[in-house]
Amino acid sequence: LSRIGDELYLEPTESGLSLRAVNSSRSAFASFLFAPLFFQLYEPGGPAPDTQRFRCKVHMKSFLGIFRSLPSLEKSVGKCLILLKPRASRLVLQLHCKYGVTKTHNLAFQECERLQAVFDTRSCSSRLCAPARVLAEAVVHFPLTLAEVTLGTGPGGKISLRNFVEDEAEPSKTMVTELWLAEDEFQSVAVSPGSHITFCLKEFRGLLTFAEASNLPLTIHFDEPGRPVVFTLDDTVLEVHLVLATLSDLQSDSQPTPTNGVSHLPAPPDDFTDDLESYMVALETSTYEGASGGPPSPTFPLHTPQTVQSDPEDGEEDEDGAVPGTPPHKKFRSLFFGSVLAPGGPGPAPTQEVLAEDSDGE
Amino acid sequence: MRFRAKIVDLACLNHFSRVINTIARLAKTCTLRLTVGKLYFILSDKVANGGVSMWCELCQGNFFDEFQMEGVAAEHNEIYLELVPENLSRALKTAQNAKAVKIKLTNKHCPCLRVAVELPSLSSSSRIVTHDIPVGVIPRRLWNDFREPSVPDFDVSIYLPVLKTMKSVVERMKNLSNVIVIEANLSGEMNLKIETDLVSVTTHFKDLGNPPWASEDGCQSSTQGRDLESMAEARIDIRKLQQLLAGQQVNPTKALCNIVSKRIVHFILLHEDVSLQYFIPALA
Repeated sequence: LSRIGDELYLEPTESGLSLRAVNSSRSAFASFLFAPLFFQLYEPGGPAPDTQRFRCKVHMKSFLGIFRSLPSLEKSVGKCLILLKPRASRLVLQLHCKYGVTKTHNLAFQECERLQAVFDTRSCSSRLCAPARVLAEAVVHFPLTLAEVTLGTGPGGKISLRNFVEDEAEPSKTMVTELWLAEDEFQSVAVSPGSHITFCLKEFRGLLTFAEASNLPLTIHFDEPGRPVVFTLDDTVLEVHLVLATLSDLQSDSQPTPTNGVSHLPAPPDDFTDDLESYMVALETSTYEGASGGPPSPTFPLHTPQTVQSDPEDGEEDEDGAVPGTPPHKKFRSLFFGSVLAPGGPGPAPTQEVLAEDSDGE
Repeated sequence: MRFRAKIVDLACLNHFSRVINTIARLAKTCTLRLTVGKLYFILSDKVANGGVSMWCELCQGNFFDEFQMEGVAAEHNEIYLELVPENLSRALKTAQNAKAVKIKLTNKHCPCLRVAVELPSLSSSSRIVTHDIPVGVIPRRLWNDFREPSVPDFDVSIYLPVLKTMKSVVERMKNLSNVIVIEANLSGEMNLKIETDLVSVTTHFKDLGNPPWASEDGCQSSTQGRDLESMAEARIDIRKLQQLLAGQQVNPTKALCNIVSKRIVHFILLHEDVSLQYFIPALA
C-alpha cells in the first residue's frame, strides 16, 4: 500500500478491516480486506451508542514505522492490538512483546470519507489468472525504472508483456523489450483476442511482491484500453484489489503506430523480416550527420505523432525524480471515484463522467 | 548486410555478458564492428569522451555457437554499428539461465539488434523475451574513424599490480583528488600519486616486471638506452582510471600499461579470448 499512496485509510466493516490507499493522481487504488477470521478478536463497532462506522486515515510512514523490522517483530511480538479511539483522535497500536514489554504507539488520524474506486470485475471482458511466480518472472526482464508496460494477447493464445514507449520518445533510440507467455502458464485465460492494456508497472510490482510472498494466484481483469485494470488476490481471510488506470487508445483514424499501437507484434517468428539491403542503399546515398544518433531512415515512415487527449485532470508532478508511479499523464484517466452522499451510505454512488475528488470529510 | 548469431552454452553466455558489462561501464555509446572472425567494441577518441579511447577485440568462435555475418559488400565484408552497450547488457542480464540466445540485425522500423532469449518454463513451450536494441549503421565512408589505434612510442611499459588492489587504492584516492599521477620505470616500480593542498598520498608498487616488447623492424625500441630507474609519468583524470578498474569483472591473464611521459597512458588487459586496450590522455 505504501507503494501507492502516502496515507493509509482504515475502514472497519462487518466483513472485516479494510486497508486502502490511493495515489495522488487518482490513477491507482488498492484495498486489502482482512476478514474477521483473520484476527483473534475483531470488534468493528465502537462501544458508543451510535453504530456509525468510523473511517480514518493515517500517515503511511507513521504506520509502517511501527512494523519496521519484520524479522525482529516475528521474534519478539506476541500480539498486536489495534484500537481506534475516536474521541481521543488516536489510533492506538499496541505490540505485546516478550518479557512483559508492551509498546504502545498512538497515531494521529484524520477522519475521512469512504475511499472507494468504482470498478466491476464482472464487466471486464478479459480475465487472466496466473501464479504470482510466473508474473514475477515475467516482469524481471523489465528495468526497475520502467514506468508503463503493455499487456496484450497474441495469436496462439499467447500473452505478451511489453515496455510502453511514449509517443514523445524517439523510436530509434528506445529499446523495446517484449516477453511472450504461453497460455498454459496461466491457470485460466479468458480474453478477447487482440486486446491489450497499458498500465503502470511500479504499482503492479508492489502487489506482485505481496502475491509472491503469500503464494497466491493473481487474477487480472481488464477490458478496453482506458478502462481500469483490476488485479485481485483471493484467500479465505484476505481479499485484495488493486485498480490501475490504463492508457486509453488514442488511435482515431491514423494508421497504427509501429511501437505501441493496436497492431500488436505477432508472436515471435523464427525468422524476422529483414529489409537491410534497401536500407543500406538508401543510407549510402543520404548524408550521415555523425556519431550522434542513428542515420535517418528515409524508406521508413517516422512515428506519427498522436493527438493527446487532454484530460481536465490535475495530477501532481512527480517531483522527486525517483522511479515514477503512475505518471500524472494527461492521457491516463483518473479512476472513477464515487462521491459519497452520506457516511455509512449503501455503497459507491452511481458512476459519473466527472472524476470526483475524494473529499476529506471536511 | 546480414548478421545472426546464437549462443547456447551457458558458460559462453555468462562470459559474453561479462564482457558486455565491462564495455557498458566504459562507454555510453560505442561502435560495434563485426567481421567474419571477430567482434570489436570501439570508442574513438572524440572530445566528448574526454579524449579516452577504447579497443576491445573478441574472437567470435569463443562465444558463439553460430555466427553468420555478411558485410556491406563483398570486398568490405564487415559491419559497423553504433550502439549503447548498456542496452545489450540489460538484455543479457536476465538471460542467465537461458536455453539459447539469438542475436540478429533487423530493420523493421529502424535498424535494431534483436536479442531473442529463449527461457525455460514449466509449460510446453519456452518463454521468449525479445529485446530490440536500436543501432545506427555506420556507412563505409566513415569506417576510417575506427581504425585500430597503434601502440604509442612509449617510454615505459610495465605490468600492472593486482587489479583488485589497484582498484581499491584508486577508489580511495578518488575521494581526495580528481587527478592522479601514474609513474613507472623499467625496474618494475610503479607509483600512484595524488597531491592536494592538504595532503599528498603515494602508493608504491615494486617488482611488477616489465613486459618485453620486441620491436617490429629489429631497430632499437624507444625504451632502449633508457635509465632503468628513471620514471615516466602522466597526470590523468582519476575517474577515468577508476572506471577502467571498476569495470573489470574478471581478472585478466595479463594486464599492463605503456606510459608516454606527459602524453598518454595505454592500458592493455588480456584475457584468453578477449583483449581490451584503453587509452587515457594526460591532462595539461
